Amino acid sequence: MKSISLLAPGHRGCAGCCDAMAAKFTLMGAGEDCIVVSPTGCLEVMTTPYPESSWDVPWIHSLFENASAVASGIEAALKALGKQGPKIIAMGGDGATMDIGLQALSGAFERGHNFTYVCIDNEAYMNTGVQRSAGTPYGASTTTSPAGKVSLGNPRLKKNMPAIMVAHGSPYVATTSLAYPKDMIAKVKKATEIEGPTYIHCHAPCTTGWGFDTSKTVEVARMAVQTGLWPLYEVEDGKVTKVRKIGNNKRPVDEYLKMQRRFKHLFTMEGGAEEIAKIQAIADKNIEEFGL
Amino acid sequence: MAYDMKMDKQKMVVVEGSYAVAHAVKTCRPNVISAYPITPQTHIVEDLSQFMADGEIQNCEYINVESEFSALSALVGSSAVGARSYSATTSQGLELMHEVLFNVAGMRMPIVMTVANRAVSAPINIWNDQQDSISQRDTGWIQLYAENIQEISDMTAQAFKISEDKDIMMPSMTCMDGFILSHVYEPLVLLEQDITDEFLPPFRPDRILDPKNPMTFGAFADPNFYTEFRYQQEQAMQNALKKIEDVASEFYDMYGRHFGGLIDEYRTEDADIIIMAMGSIVGTIKDVIDRLREKNVKVGLLKVRAFRPFPAQAIMNVVRDAKVVVVLDKNISLGMNAGALFIETKSVLYNTDIDVPVIGYMIGHGGRDIPMSTIEKIIADAEEVMRSGIRTESQFTDLKEELI
Amino acid sequence: MKIVPGAICEAGTSRVNKTGGWRTFKPVYDYDKCIKCKLCELLCPDSSVRPKGDGYFEFDYNYCKGCGICANECPKSAITMVLEEK
Repeated sequence: MKSISLLAPGHRGCAGCCDAMAAKFTLMGAGEDCIVVSPTGCLEVMTTPYPESSWDVPWIHSLFENASAVASGIEAALKALGKQGPKIIAMGGDGATMDIGLQALSGAFERGHNFTYVCIDNEAYMNTGVQRSAGTPYGASTTTSPAGKVSLGNPRLKKNMPAIMVAHGSPYVATTSLAYPKDMIAKVKKATEIEGPTYIHCHAPCTTGWGFDTSKTVEVARMAVQTGLWPLYEVEDGKVTKVRKIGNNKRPVDEYLKMQRRFKHLFTMEGGAEEIAKIQAIADKNIEEFGL
Repeated sequence: MAYDMKMDKQKMVVVEGSYAVAHAVKTCRPNVISAYPITPQTHIVEDLSQFMADGEIQNCEYINVESEFSALSALVGSSAVGARSYSATTSQGLELMHEVLFNVAGMRMPIVMTVANRAVSAPINIWNDQQDSISQRDTGWIQLYAENIQEISDMTAQAFKISEDKDIMMPSMTCMDGFILSHVYEPLVLLEQDITDEFLPPFRPDRILDPKNPMTFGAFADPNFYTEFRYQQEQAMQNALKKIEDVASEFYDMYGRHFGGLIDEYRTEDADIIIMAMGSIVGTIKDVIDRLREKNVKVGLLKVRAFRPFPAQAIMNVVRDAKVVVVLDKNISLGMNAGALFIETKSVLYNTDIDVPVIGYMIGHGGRDIPMSTIEKIIADAEEVMRSGIRTESQFTDLKEELI
Repeated sequence: MKIVPGAICEAGTSRVNKTGGWRTFKPVYDYDKCIKCKLCELLCPDSSVRPKGDGYFEFDYNYCKGCGICANECPKSAITMVLEEK
């Protein structure tokens, strides 16, 4: 029987890899009539060591910071050549999306190219060894925001990327989580069917960078949603149209933080409790804002 | 062989150099144009935008990108799906593209880009020299330098034909001196649509991004493969040496115009002194040569049209019997106190049986005017070198000592 | 093999790279507990859960890296991770 996955096995992703899952779900939502652009990063490196490729769809990598520009060119070219049809997807990590590739992404959305951008947010530069990015959450210890005698980890809040994309006037922005694959597949499908630049931001726990067992990728992702730290919602034409309610499943953030090595210092260092309280406040604010 | 230029006076019009380029691009039937405005490239992209607004370029999309980095990046995508792709830039914009330039060449995308040569900051300066494109010489782009607006116009079609050849598949920069050529109004024959449609067939690459036959572009190559990809690029460059000549000849056969292949020569047959240069300065040098020839100074010009691939053999053939070679560079390799054309000319003559002194002059930086008297003075220096050998190998020209 | 200019690859060719050797623990089904919910197939990051045709699934040990997500997420605990014998 035919595989449900358009991402072939044999890729070099770590056991329990979040990128592989996010890519698989994205392709399940988009279908095989698509062209994928990936910036430099884990997903690119692990799927395309020459002469091998794990992609069963047409795929292109150019550079780290230009995936959205490459996607713009593909979209324009298909239009010019009268070959419209294939869905165009750019899919990259948080660094490529929120930091170095933000300008190209902003430009492509402002110009209104018909494509879908999927950010696979594992909250640090994993390919180079877990360095801090604009996606790194408050308090996380990374190799460039390490906890230490006078540091309790990353001192800044995560950049609110979905809000930035909403501000671009995108007709469809949605957040997703690896713990809710059917939700993600449906959102990708919807995004690719809507005319114009659409954006999916996928929360993707990284076993290697966050420090949890390879079997826990989905469990950690689910806990992020259940604490309120990662709200799942859709924004259509600037209005929040749908949220996933947590309801009675609500969990305190320390249960989420405790699962991961990157937050370990918050439970062992002086001042950690205050930091955990601040992170709880972030979750509570999300719950209130989105009515989770 | 001698080329008898057949310029049809009936077809000649007076237009700005930038318009000539934009018109040539239009005539080449591009599918995607992607560019970011920067002086002195702007008139080219404005004229192209007007063509688009007037519906004069069919089957084409113009992308108003947010930077030069994205301008060229977008063309990586468009070229990968089989679109004939064009951009234009200069100076800071070209330097911002640096990373993408390597990428385009490595991915073997036959993009053509006009560079309206301009000085590089700092200090910021909008006037002409050739530091911008020379600084990109190692990126894997074919680089052609035009002498006048007829040549840059014609070169556009030639560049697409060279780049898109199956044995080449490398990008091309067509370089024109900023302002001097981009903003000058001169008579020329605009690139003819009927001939161009015959000269330049549609772009049909062997491999494209297509869901019906999915392929992976831009894989990473480890040490087991990387060297061979580099070797293939160099092979393509070597193939381009012949292709540039062939395409120039073919162009002559069809259009009746010829400005050289890899190089061009002017009054070099019996020349003791050979001046080498690239771009619009060539016109000034020719005038000086005519004047000095009347005084029996045996001086000739070697115009370098292709800087990449570097026409080593062609240069050797011309300078073999000269008594002195003078190289003019509108650029400098800082720390080497010399320009690139000088350095590379010297390097190709080493390990050969050719023994001719080579001297270099860095000239016209940041738009400094190059009067005929300066060229005459340089030639007088060269005569002195013939008599008593090299005193200064490479130097700045017309340096204002009083400012230092 | 001959390299293709521009480093262009054919689709899906990483299948030659059998990642099963990475495994320490391997997943094993207890079909008596399986309810054919397909979650294991959906979640597998290595596309190593194959439908058998009868509604049940089997592991493709050529590629399964033994991450254990399937076992961790199985709603009926129908998958056990057992130490790989080498």
